[in-house]
Amino acid sequence: MLIKGHVYKFGDNINTDVIYPGKYLSITADREEMAKHCFEAVHPEFLKNAKPGDIIVGGKNFGCGSSREQAATCLKYFGIRAVVAETFARIFYRNAINLGLPVIIAPGITQQVEHKDDIEIDLLTGIIKNMRTNEIIEAKKLPDFILEIVTNNGLIPYLKKKLGISSN
Amino acid sequence: MNKTIAEKILAKASGKKVVSPNEIVMARVDVAMSHENADVVLRSFNEIGVKKVWDKERIVILFDHRIPADSERTAATHRRLRAFVKEQQIKHFYDLKEGICHQVLVEFGHDLPGEVLVGTDSHTTTHGAFGTFATGIGATEMAGVWATGELWLRVPESIKINVSGKFKPCVTAKDLILHIIGILGADGANYQAVEFHGEIISHMTIASRLVLSNLSMEMGAKVAFVPPDEQTIAYLKQRTDKHFQVILPDQDVEYSGELNVDVSSLTSQVACPHSVDNVKPVSEVTGLKIDQALIGSCTNGRLEDLAAAAEILEGKTVHPDTRLLVIPASRRVYLEALHEGYIEIFVRAGGLLLNPGCGPCLGAHQGLLAPEEVCLATTNRNFKGRMGSPEAFIYLASPATVAASALKGEITEPC
Repeated sequence: MLIKGHVYKFGDNINTDVIYPGKYLSITADREEMAKHCFEAVHPEFLKNAKPGDIIVGGKNFGCGSSREQAATCLKYFGIRAVVAETFARIFYRNAINLGLPVIIAPGITQQVEHKDDIEIDLLTGIIKNMRTNEIIEAKKLPDFILEIVTNNGLIPYLKKKLGISSN
Repeated sequence: MNKTIAEKILAKASGKKVVSPNEIVMARVDVAMSHENADVVLRSFNEIGVKKVWDKERIVILFDHRIPADSERTAATHRRLRAFVKEQQIKHFYDLKEGICHQVLVEFGHDLPGEVLVGTDSHTTTHGAFGTFATGIGATEMAGVWATGELWLRVPESIKINVSGKFKPCVTAKDLILHIIGILGADGANYQAVEFHGEIISHMTIASRLVLSNLSMEMGAKVAFVPPDEQTIAYLKQRTDKHFQVILPDQDVEYSGELNVDVSSLTSQVACPHSVDNVKPVSEVTGLKIDQALIGSCTNGRLEDLAAAAEILEGKTVHPDTRLLVIPASRRVYLEALHEGYIEIFVRAGGLLLNPGCGPCLGAHQGLLAPEEVCLATTNRNFKGRMGSPEAFIYLASPATVAASALKGEITEPC
C-alpha cells in the first residue's frame, strides 16, 4: 500500500492542544468542521499553506498531551494522508490508527526529509523514499494487527466485520 | 516469577498465564469512563451499529469539562448524553454537580487494585495510585469498549522510580513529580508503565499519590502505579464493598529503567512555559509578576491542596494586581472545605470560587488568559494556548507555591 504526498514539517513535542485547540472541543460530531481548526491558534499558517493529500512529518513525541480524538480526526478530515514522526505519544498514535489515519514511526526522519519534499511511504514494509534526494528511510513496520485496522479504514469498519454487522 | 504490576494485570485481563512487554493483548475492561467526550464516543458507537452497551454497570459517564454548559452546543451534548444514559440504563452517571472525573471515580470507589480502567481522558493514569491499570484512550476505541468490553493494549515495559528521604517543609508530591518529569522529559516514560516505590511513598496520603500518578501522563506514561498497601485497602473499604485482588510486582523484576530520587534536598519546583518538562526550582523564577493564580484541577484540587493554600492565605489579602481562582475538585471536597473553613478564608482573601470541574485548565471557559498574561496554576499542562491566548504564559506549581505567590503578586517560595 503506497502513500505519496507533499511534506508539511513540524518539530518536536507537537501537542494535541496545538493541533486542535480546546475551545473547539464542543464540536463532537461534525468532522468537516473540526478540520477547519487544525493548528489554528498556534500555527495558523497551516490552514493557508497545507493541502489535502499532504503528509505531516513531525519530530519526537508527536501528539503528546490530551486524549482528544479531534486532534487525529481534524487531520484526517483535512485530507492529511499520513503522519510520520520520530516518535508519537501513545494516545494520539492509537487514535490515528483507530480512525484509519496511517501513523509511521521513523527515527531519523526529520534529518532526511525537508518541508515540501515529496515522499512515498510503503505501509506494508515501512520503507519511505524521499523523491527529491532518492534517500531511503527505514521506518518501523506496523504490527500486522495494527496494519489490519489501518487498512480497514479504522476500528469501526474492523469491528463491524468482526461482529458480523453489515456496512450498509 | 519476575513480573511487573502491568504484566500481571494484563495477563489476568487477557486470560493468559503470562504476558511480556511489547506483546499486543485483547484486554477485558472493568471500568470505562467518559466525560463530555462521551458525545464523540456516542457517534462512533452508533456507527458500529450495536444496539446495547456491553455492560451498563461498568460504564461511567459524567460531566466535568464544560460545566455548567459553556455554550448551546455543550448544553446539547449534555442533553443527548442524559438521554443516552437513561435509554441504556447506565448505572453510574454523575451529572454536572459532582466534580472532576479523576476525583469522582476515587470518591465513589471505582478504582480497584488489579483491575483495568480506561477513560477517554489522558489523565486517567491518576487511578494507578490504587494499583489499577488505568490509562487514557480515544473516543472511537471507547466506542469499541462500549460495544465489546475489550480493547487492544500493548504490554508496556516498566520503569521503577525509587523515592527516598524526607520532604522539607512546604515541599510536596507536586514538586517531586515535576522534578521527576524535568529529569525524564516529556516523553521519558512514553508507552511505558511507571511504578513508584520507597518508604516516603507509603507514608504519602492517597491524595498525594494521586498527584504522582496523574502527572506521570506528562512524561508519556501509559500507566503509573503506586503499589497498593494497607492505607490503600483501608481507603477503599470505606468507599466500596466490591471484592478486589491486590496485585504487586514480583521481587526480582528487571525493569527497563530505574530512577532513584532523594527528596531531602528538593525545593519547590515550577514548570515554565511552554512544556511540563521545562522544570526549574522556584528560586530561579522568583519575582516574576503573575496576573492569575489558579488552585484546582484533577492534579491539585483535593482537600489537602485547599488546606495547604488556606493555611497560607488565612487572614491575608491577594495582591491587587493578581486574581485568584479556586476550584474544589468535587462537590464532596467543596463541602469538606466549607466545613473546615477554607472557603471562607479564600473568599475573605479576595479569591474567586468556581464550581467543581475542570475550569479554565483546558481552555474551554472560565478564567481564560489574554495575550502576554501570566498564570501560575496548580494544574497539569502549560502548553502554548492551553488556557486561552497562545501569547499567554502558564507556569505550574504546588498549591502552597501558588497561594504564596497570589499574596505577593509574583512567583515566590511558599516558605
